[in-house]
Amino acid sequence: MALLTVTDLRGGYAAADEIVKGATLHVDSGDIVALIGPNGAGKSTLLKLIAGLLRPRAGQVRLFDREIAGFDASAISRLGLAFVPQERNVFGSMTVAENLEMGGFLDGRHMRDRRDELYERFPLLAEKRRAAARTLSGGQRQILAMAIALMNAPKLLLLDEPTAGLSPQAAEDLFDTIVELNRTGVSILMVEQNALEALVVSTRAYVLVQGRAEREGSAADLASDPTVRDLFLGAKAQPMLAGKSGGQT
Amino acid sequence: MLNYLLFIATIGSIYGLLALSLNLIWGGAGMVNLGLAGFFAVGAYASALATTDAHLPIVAGWILALAAGGLAGLVVTLSTTRLREDYLAIVTLGFAEVVRLVAANEVWLTRGTDGISGIPGPWKALLGSDFNAVYLLIVLTILALVFLLMRRIDRSPYGRVLRAIREDAQVAQVAGKPVLRFKAEAFALSAGIAGLAGALYGHFTSYIAPDLFLPLITVYVFLAVAGGGTGRPAGALIGAYLLMVLLESARFLVELVPVISAVQRAALKELIIAVALILVLRLAPGGLLSERVPAAPRLPMEGKS
Repeated sequence: MALLTVTDLRGGYAAADEIVKGATLHVDSGDIVALIGPNGAGKSTLLKLIAGLLRPRAGQVRLFDREIAGFDASAISRLGLAFVPQERNVFGSMTVAENLEMGGFLDGRHMRDRRDELYERFPLLAEKRRAAARTLSGGQRQILAMAIALMNAPKLLLLDEPTAGLSPQAAEDLFDTIVELNRTGVSILMVEQNALEALVVSTRAYVLVQGRAEREGSAADLASDPTVRDLFLGAKAQPMLAGKSGGQT
Repeated sequence: MLNYLLFIATIGSIYGLLALSLNLIWGGAGMVNLGLAGFFAVGAYASALATTDAHLPIVAGWILALAAGGLAGLVVTLSTTRLREDYLAIVTLGFAEVVRLVAANEVWLTRGTDGISGIPGPWKALLGSDFNAVYLLIVLTILALVFLLMRRIDRSPYGRVLRAIREDAQVAQVAGKPVLRFKAEAFALSAGIAGLAGALYGHFTSYIAPDLFLPLITVYVFLAVAGGGTGRPAGALIGAYLLMVLLESARFLVELVPVISAVQRAALKELIIAVALILVLRLAPGGLLSERVPAAPRLPMEGKS
């Protein structure tokens, strides 16, 4: 079942410059979909258009069979789509507990229940609950940002370069977290610069070039597509993906 | 001398209201209102006209001032929603000038630059010379109520959402907070308080005129909030009284300077205030009572249940 269907979406930051030029994609229930592509292809802009932070100029965005293009970001968030921005995605001067409180429009008791659930899922956050968010490390901050989004119990999580600026180890841990999250029933659409690693954990992927989804397919198909490989992945892609699909290491 | 002190305390308390008003949106939600004097004027005129021309009771005038300030605030925020955030500051600055020019030129309504005189004070004839003391008590009571409300907001989840918006409106929005609604509510409440302060001022001095609402008032209130501490109602309040002490002592101080003319004295007074603002921003950027921001816990495992 398609959770999210985006059809011929167009838009950008200002009326004059269209960055996303007719993007079409869909996310099914249970998917981890990676959006990869060169710098400036409009990946982050596309996420912001879907999440309602930017107003689409044309095209459709359907979430659970409901047209949401042009909705306010907070309204979209209430419908079950949560967006985690790339960099400034937590409230630095607030404690971890207060940050979690910001996600969620639940009343006090339900909010605390939900927060406790997330503490259980991410023990790190429970440990740091009284620490100011600005004191967290990059990887911890990303976990907190995702947890804020999860407060609303979304069905679909949009992640904008979750591993940007993280060490390779922290990035790998974060990808593990994303996969675990997906197993609990949250579908994921993520933009990633680490295209190779993103393809390893994804079920499907889109290659976005100049504002359009140029190629679509299963992660393995895209990784073996010679054009894609040369453009975005580099030579080391082949053995790693072969390792994934063939079960060898 | 006593009357002078009562006068200073009352004006200081009215500045206290303005400081609480500014602190709510500037310290709270990070919105810059350079038109505080305009909302102050709207309230002052609303109440003055209601109680002189329309002969309404003073309390009705005050409620009207609160509502008029709030409504003006709502119009200003909602008209700037499509603009980038810093434009709010410019629009509010323009708004205050428009209010002042309307007050100076729409003679049929505001009596123009002559101003409105004979604004009634509560039980003024009855109280005679005790009026100033009683009025101070009234102002202090209102100030205390507004202060308690502000402190309550500051410590509530609502206040935390405002701080979240100040820190990052985008994150607050994607987390599901209707940012625009929060901002409009906070701004309208803040502008309403400024309007009420204006009404309290008019009924105290019994006379208002357009040139009493110069942008300088806004600058003074920013100095009070910055000096006292942004983000905490108590800081804003202390800042307002310190400002009053500074303004008055600057007045006496310049009297001591020999030779210079009266015009130069007035300029020197402004100079002292300006230097004070620079010193505050340089030496104590967080103000005297700065916002409490949680530090990193000393033990990493602290708080684990």
